[in-house]
Amino acid sequence: MPRTLVFCEYDNLGIKKGTQELLTLVQKIHIDSFALLLGNNGFNFAPLIEQLGTFGVKNVFVCQNEILKYYNPESFTQALNLTVESCKPELILASSSMMAKDLFPRLAAKIKTGVVSDCNSLEITTEKVVVTRPLYSGKCTAQVDFLNSPIKVVLMRANQLPIEKAQTPSSPKVNTLSLPPLDLKTTVKSIVQGTVGKVDLTEANIIVSGGRGLGGPQNFKLLEDLASVLGGAVGASRAVADAGWVPHSLQVGQTGKTVSPTLYIACGISGAIQHLAGMSGSKVIVAINKDPEAPIFKKATYGIVGDLFEVVPLLTEEFRRILT
Amino acid sequence: MRIYVCVKQVPDTETKLKLKEDSTGIDVAGIKWIMNPYDEIAVEEALRIKEAKGGAANVTVVSVGPKSRITDCIRSALAMGADDGIAIDTAYEIDPFATAHLIHAALKKETSVDLILTGKLAIDDNCSSTGQALAEYLGIPHTSVVSKLTLQESGALAEREVEGGSREIVELRLPCLIAVNKGLNTPRYASLPGIMKAKKKPIKECTGSELGGDTFLKIKYSHFQLPAEKPPVKLIQGDSAQQAKELCRLLKEEAKVF
Ligand SMILES: Cc1cc2nc3c(=O)[nH]c(=O)nc-3n(C[C@H](O)[C@H](O)[C@H](O)COP(=O)(O)OP(=O)(O)OC[C@H]3O[C@@H](n4cnc5c(N)ncnc54)[C@H](O)[C@@H]3O)c2cc1C
Repeated sequence: MPRTLVFCEYDNLGIKKGTQELLTLVQKIHIDSFALLLGNNGFNFAPLIEQLGTFGVKNVFVCQNEILKYYNPESFTQALNLTVESCKPELILASSSMMAKDLFPRLAAKIKTGVVSDCNSLEITTEKVVVTRPLYSGKCTAQVDFLNSPIKVVLMRANQLPIEKAQTPSSPKVNTLSLPPLDLKTTVKSIVQGTVGKVDLTEANIIVSGGRGLGGPQNFKLLEDLASVLGGAVGASRAVADAGWVPHSLQVGQTGKTVSPTLYIACGISGAIQHLAGMSGSKVIVAINKDPEAPIFKKATYGIVGDLFEVVPLLTEEFRRILT
Repeated sequence: MRIYVCVKQVPDTETKLKLKEDSTGIDVAGIKWIMNPYDEIAVEEALRIKEAKGGAANVTVVSVGPKSRITDCIRSALAMGADDGIAIDTAYEIDPFATAHLIHAALKKETSVDLILTGKLAIDDNCSSTGQALAEYLGIPHTSVVSKLTLQESGALAEREVEGGSREIVELRLPCLIAVNKGLNTPRYASLPGIMKAKKKPIKECTGSELGGDTFLKIKYSHFQLPAEKPPVKLIQGDSAQQAKELCRLLKEEAKVF
């Protein structure tokens, strides 16, 4: 079995779900593995380490430094490189998040290996690691073979694998790593918080998405209400992002985000091929549209031909009733 | 100032995709190729930087791939207004790491490189790897998903999107690589005189094997598959209240989402 390093992402709520999926997998197949946490000096990692223990993690590398307070491709690449040198993994796993997709190609270039992002299946056996990923806007999938890659780096899309805690929690052994001083050519000057505390679309398990059928920005409230009852996030088509009804960060599709939730509810979205490119990897798709000919129905699991202004509030009520 | 823009040709999304019979790849016959939309934004940004400097910059477009495809792609950037091109012809399948290596080798031959622009990803494989790998090979800083860019005396100031819709302002020393996102600008259309002029602009041609060949390949795709046929949509009947109720039931009991 390949010696495996899991790069852990976390937020105020703890280890992120995408990472939890990978920790579950690694623990289930009894692989020789390490988890890595990066963060600022003085950051209290104890709760996160305890959470890693609930997934049966035995070894944790922790690297703390003020230049790791915010994501910076240079300092993070160095910290990962240092970890790789200490634990000599054959496989590195991380969630295919926006940060990971920026970071790991740089790390891979540094350690002379390759990286595969957006993977939607992963199988690890004693002989090999088999991964597949979508290509051409989800119009096909392919298996990815590593060539001349001493270390395989795999970035998994969120919501592809189950999350399960270990039967008996472990108390992880903590190894600290210290980063030498670096002359950084990149500085993070400031961060403008967006939707604080909300999950990113790429990680959301449930997405309620709206298109031009919503008629105007004021009506997105309907979708926010439904999303909040479902514990999901709100997405949008390009038509409404371009119209300025919602920020571009909510756009799903070929020139927006690629999402892979368990449930995607498309309200007043026609289902243009560029929109489908971003969401056809969703497990269950619901389409609510007043036009029975709308292309979105070809991709949907369940469809309601009707007026979203009537259907959506009723759905919110019904879900509130059955879920709470 | 010397600006380099990396561009790629990708199948138009509207193109219907067919696989080769042996599942080793896609059937490229009949595909309509377009410049990767994010790369178009990168070309536009380079041109705007040049214009803001009163023309005191040179914009070179670099592309790696089969010769006819990359030449088309470079010509369309030249028609938009770029100055010259570098075409790196590869007859074999390449990956982002080999691409980055070849561009690195080609740029090493240039007198100076101040700024590299490229799209945040190519819409064919969605890898978003080439830019970051190229920056690492060149030993220069990078940032990606950039939707606002300002050049200053000391470096570049970039605004980028991060998780959860937050935005980050990052400062990079030059030379650096910027991978651009939508929202940065709206690319111009090539004018007719632009298209005519582009035909005479110089394109330096070289081959992948001259620059190191396929020894840098790190990943390769196999076992291509079309998605499984989706069963037809289940349309839910009744009035709105009945539809809402039935949908909740199906999601809970049949699809087991909850
Ligand atoms: C290069 C390129 C890239 C693109 N990238 C993207 C992308 O990333 N993401 C993306 O989404 N698009 C993208 N597009 C645009 C795409 O082609 C479509 O124009 C866009 O997705 C349409 O958005 P829409 O479905 O909201 O609007 P429309 O196509 O106008 O559809 C609105 C729908 O709402 C329905 N409707 C209206 N009123 C109601 C009501 N009261 N109740 C229920 N239904 C109602 C209508 O029947 C209709 O089906 C791209 C296009 C190009 C050329």
